[in-house]
Amino acid sequence: MRIGVLALQGAFIEHIHMLSGMGVETVAVRLPAELGGLDGLIIPGGESTTIGKLAVAYGLIDPLRSFGQNKPIWGTCAGAILLAKEIRQHQPLLGLMDIVVARNAFGRQLDSFVTPLDVPALLFSKANNPPFPAVFIRAPIIDSISGDARVLASLPDGRIVAVRQKHLLATSFHPELTNDNRFHQYFSMMVAGKV
Amino acid sequence: MVQKNDIFTVNKGLAQMLKGGVIMDVVTADHAKIAEDAGAVAVMALERVPADIRASGGVARMSDPELILKIMDSVSIPVMAKCRIGHFVEAQILESLGVDYIDESEVLTPADEAHHINKHLFKVPFVCGCRNLGEALRRVGEGAAMIRTKGEAGTGDVVEAVRHARAVMGDIRHLTTLPDEEIMAFSKDIGAPYELILETRKLGRMPVVNFAAGGIATPADAALMMQLGVDGVFVGSGIFKSGDPAKRAAAIVKATTHYNDPKILAEVSRDLGEPMVGRQISSIPENDLIASRGW
Repeated sequence: MRIGVLALQGAFIEHIHMLSGMGVETVAVRLPAELGGLDGLIIPGGESTTIGKLAVAYGLIDPLRSFGQNKPIWGTCAGAILLAKEIRQHQPLLGLMDIVVARNAFGRQLDSFVTPLDVPALLFSKANNPPFPAVFIRAPIIDSISGDARVLASLPDGRIVAVRQKHLLATSFHPELTNDNRFHQYFSMMVAGKV
Repeated sequence: MVQKNDIFTVNKGLAQMLKGGVIMDVVTADHAKIAEDAGAVAVMALERVPADIRASGGVARMSDPELILKIMDSVSIPVMAKCRIGHFVEAQILESLGVDYIDESEVLTPADEAHHINKHLFKVPFVCGCRNLGEALRRVGEGAAMIRTKGEAGTGDVVEAVRHARAVMGDIRHLTTLPDEEIMAFSKDIGAPYELILETRKLGRMPVVNFAAGGIATPADAALMMQLGVDGVFVGSGIFKSGDPAKRAAAIVKATTHYNDPKILAEVSRDLGEPMVGRQISSIPENDLIASRGW
């Protein structure tokens, strides 16, 4: 299994380290040709405006859209924004998932936080399924979902922070900044067609 | 209840999200928009860019909160602002404005000639300058969540940025080759906290994100710093003191991503208009150098 990590800007090394630690082969993707031969792709956290502009400048938007037609993509934070059909401001998007995302939904950096999050879908890994340490940094939320998108996790107040739509996954927090690889395991099982 | 280590996780984490990106100095809301449109990952809100601070002399202080708030309103990317070394009240004011990062910066006139701010007392993250590993880890020990090499701000001469990046990387390479019994003496020699020395040795890199700053004026300068191993770049006077800021800014963003691809670097370096004039650092009297501020 080979999983690519979009390496235009942001925390791509952290995803690569997480996957390598699980024995998954990884590729840093900066240009369209580097998507060839990949079984799945992670779009990391970073600044969504920067990543979007660089994706446009280097002709990655259409290749990423066609990749996402049938191959698994997981977007964390900025990556989740790029996967969305709609956000509240004008910037380049892939529009692959039926989700509406609000950027910086919790506020500025002083409002960033870490919280334990119940994610029933992670039950595969252990007999018990302890809460996931979810790191939110100037994070977006998923305002609404439609079509066959379904919620994987929400905060206690009901705000949606993780969504799966068939082979696509969006999280508004950063599993790559923790020591807990359950989300990376979950995504690699998606890529293997096991979940 | 907010945990102290959770605050450090999200503050260090924001810097991790800025990696591979360009943080640009801006002095107006219009500049900030140009920077965001060019693909900046964050902007540094200032009253004067370092080249102008250098030219005008006098005491350089925190910017007017009115200016900082206007810049915060104008863009969706993170906004940083500078306070003077040791001026913890300027830092309190910046935190109350809600800026996303504070740069405790040698570019401003130091307020304390012996001590930096105790950054553990703040919730807002800090970035600080360094010339070598000891200085970097002293700042991390005081609570900085991000480090940048100092270079020599406002010159457009990259030579000091290179010197400081090589010094930091060289110190780390040296540290990783030492036998265990020599670590304590190394820690003493460079004046760095022992625990952070151990962490750096284990990681084989700085325990927080490390950008380059001070003298970067071209796409090639940015790529040079990235190839030397920094995580991203600050560009101060280099953009808005040049002939075509929007074009140069976008080119430096692309060069920072594709820093290992000379073909792309050649393409983005074409036809950028006049670079900032710059000032050769070796022609500046030692008393006027900024990088030596910081203890």
